[in-house]
Amino acid sequence: MSSTSVARAAQPRASERRIRVLLAKPGLDGHDQGAKVVARAMMDAGFEVIYTGLRQTPEAVARMSLDEDVDVIALSSLAGSHLPFCRKLKTLLEANGLTDKLWLIGGNLPAQDHDELRALGFTGIFPTGSKLDAIVDYIRENVR
Amino acid sequence: MNDRAPIEVRPVVNESGLEVQPLYTAADVEASGGLEMLGQPGEYPFTRGIHPLMYRKQPWTMRQYAGFGNPHETNQRFKYLIANGQTGLNVAFDLPTQIGLDSDDPMAEGEVGRVGMAIDTLRDVEIAFDGIDLSRITVSLTINGAAAILIAMYLAMAEKRGYDVTKLRGTCQNDILKEFIGRGTWIFPVEPSIRLVGDTIEYCARHAPKYSPVSVCGYHIRESGATPAQEMAYAFCIARAYADDVIRRGLDVDEFAGRLSYNFNIFGNLFEQICKFRAGRSLWAQIMKEEYKAKKPGSMWLRMIAGGGGGGLTFEQPELNIVRGAYYALISALSGAQTMALCSYDEAYTIPTEYSARISLRTMQILIEEMGLTETVDPLGGSFYVETMTNRMRDLMKEIIADVDAQGGIVQLIADGTIQARVSEQAYRMQRDIESGAFPKVGVNCYRNEHEEDHKVEFHPYREEDARLQIESLARVRAERDEAQVSRALARVAADARAGVNLMPAIVEAVKAYASVGEITREMVQVFGRYREPIRF
Repeated sequence: MSSTSVARAAQPRASERRIRVLLAKPGLDGHDQGAKVVARAMMDAGFEVIYTGLRQTPEAVARMSLDEDVDVIALSSLAGSHLPFCRKLKTLLEANGLTDKLWLIGGNLPAQDHDELRALGFTGIFPTGSKLDAIVDYIRENVR
Repeated sequence: MNDRAPIEVRPVVNESGLEVQPLYTAADVEASGGLEMLGQPGEYPFTRGIHPLMYRKQPWTMRQYAGFGNPHETNQRFKYLIANGQTGLNVAFDLPTQIGLDSDDPMAEGEVGRVGMAIDTLRDVEIAFDGIDLSRITVSLTINGAAAILIAMYLAMAEKRGYDVTKLRGTCQNDILKEFIGRGTWIFPVEPSIRLVGDTIEYCARHAPKYSPVSVCGYHIRESGATPAQEMAYAFCIARAYADDVIRRGLDVDEFAGRLSYNFNIFGNLFEQICKFRAGRSLWAQIMKEEYKAKKPGSMWLRMIAGGGGGGLTFEQPELNIVRGAYYALISALSGAQTMALCSYDEAYTIPTEYSARISLRTMQILIEEMGLTETVDPLGGSFYVETMTNRMRDLMKEIIADVDAQGGIVQLIADGTIQARVSEQAYRMQRDIESGAFPKVGVNCYRNEHEEDHKVEFHPYREEDARLQIESLARVRAERDEAQVSRALARVAADARAGVNLMPAIVEAVKAYASVGEITREMVQVFGRYREPIRF
């Protein structure tokens, strides 16, 4: 079910390594306007964005993160199933040795869920109302 | 004072891209095409409304979106809304149901009953509408990918309860083409998806002629970044694609066009919205009459649900959304909508609670009871500004439609991702304009509260327990039904999908045997395959 088609939004120049971001739509949520807007902001910032499209499983997100050798794993969730998804994804990212990557999540994320998301390792939390530049700046400052 | 230079004013352009003048006169109306397309309410081209008396005869239907958890809980919410004066139902389904998965599917974990009601079999539909008088309350099913199955279940449930389905009214959203642009609950590739919509239109025209099998949605296209003019123009292109499919099967346009309806969005400039609706109403009538040679006035009617869209509401200072909702409802009433629904003020936080749904309902009731909105038809008709802008919006929509046709047609532009890329580019520019302050949004980029205290928004609770109960209920239905009958019915779904005949009779047989949404969908996926998103930026 998971789409394997990915968009390489920008080609890296040979001389320098750009920040590579996997931007995924977890679960069954179909709201992708926000994810696509964030993808464009990241492309404008010079990042290489691999946008997964809709309906990604935790397994698919972990596999693509590994295969694409990304620096940042970003999720966009608006239909409320972020906690069960992130709990599963955390285990898989750890099992694949991806704990040194930057994990981000944005979307419809009630304030009462932020502590658990942070504890799971999603250090960048960008609820509705966050600015595009705030997301871009956070990645620039925190990517390892 | 005559030597003074004229006062310079900043040029204003609306979201659709049309210039807005500081003053309109009769000369502007004339220059924009005059009052040729105005006519009388209830008469072609219906700019002023599709009925002669409009709300004077009957106010708009109030149809708040509702549904969550399992069918038992949703049935309770429906009864609550009806007891509070709601005159129609607008059913929210959970995501697994919307994309054809059963509640016990591994992909459904964590999503069962979350953003709407879970439906697996006909038994669930029977429970959801238990005790609701379907001759008095019309039901709108907000489902697309799995629409053929849910229409079959709804008709089967009504028939079991003794209603004459040839007289049954109701609506299904069933607009799959817009799901590929926004909302995303597609299942099958584009071509078989259109065929399924055509199957439902053809089947209902023959068996349930009062039922509206499709509500073509500009709403979600606008939410995805389209301008108001594009919202309406793209929706018309999509409606033409469905009509063409049905006409190719040999139906006459007047056999089905009267049951097509629309779903549009409201946010942004008040006058632009009102003129959008007045322009669109006459343009659709013109398309049906001139392009499709419709004869019946009902085939030319743009019947619509038009409500306050989530895209205009804000996460910041959420209580301001109650005020925005009231303006959106006012716009809808001034535009002559048949049905109204408002996104609740807590839209950016949660699905509506009883409290927030009641505020939306009361907002509409205030317009009916206190504000005089039902007394006079098209009260803005004849305004120099409104008539000029209505003409200009109509011309602009025609240009957009001609442009789509010249580029290969809406089906191709959706299949290859062109429309999606266009609207998401616009959404990005709008987001940048909001963040820079170029596009004002109160509470977001101006008039922010100095101390953004924690907003007092009550969350609709999600109970894992409901998902477990739903899965148990599905297991019980499977244990009780006649498996041989189910297997035969499912085999017929696959055979008819392959044969290219109308799938509705086979789906109706399968739902009556208590085959599940997931089981029926699987048979079709084996024949049609699944959609793959074209990802383009």
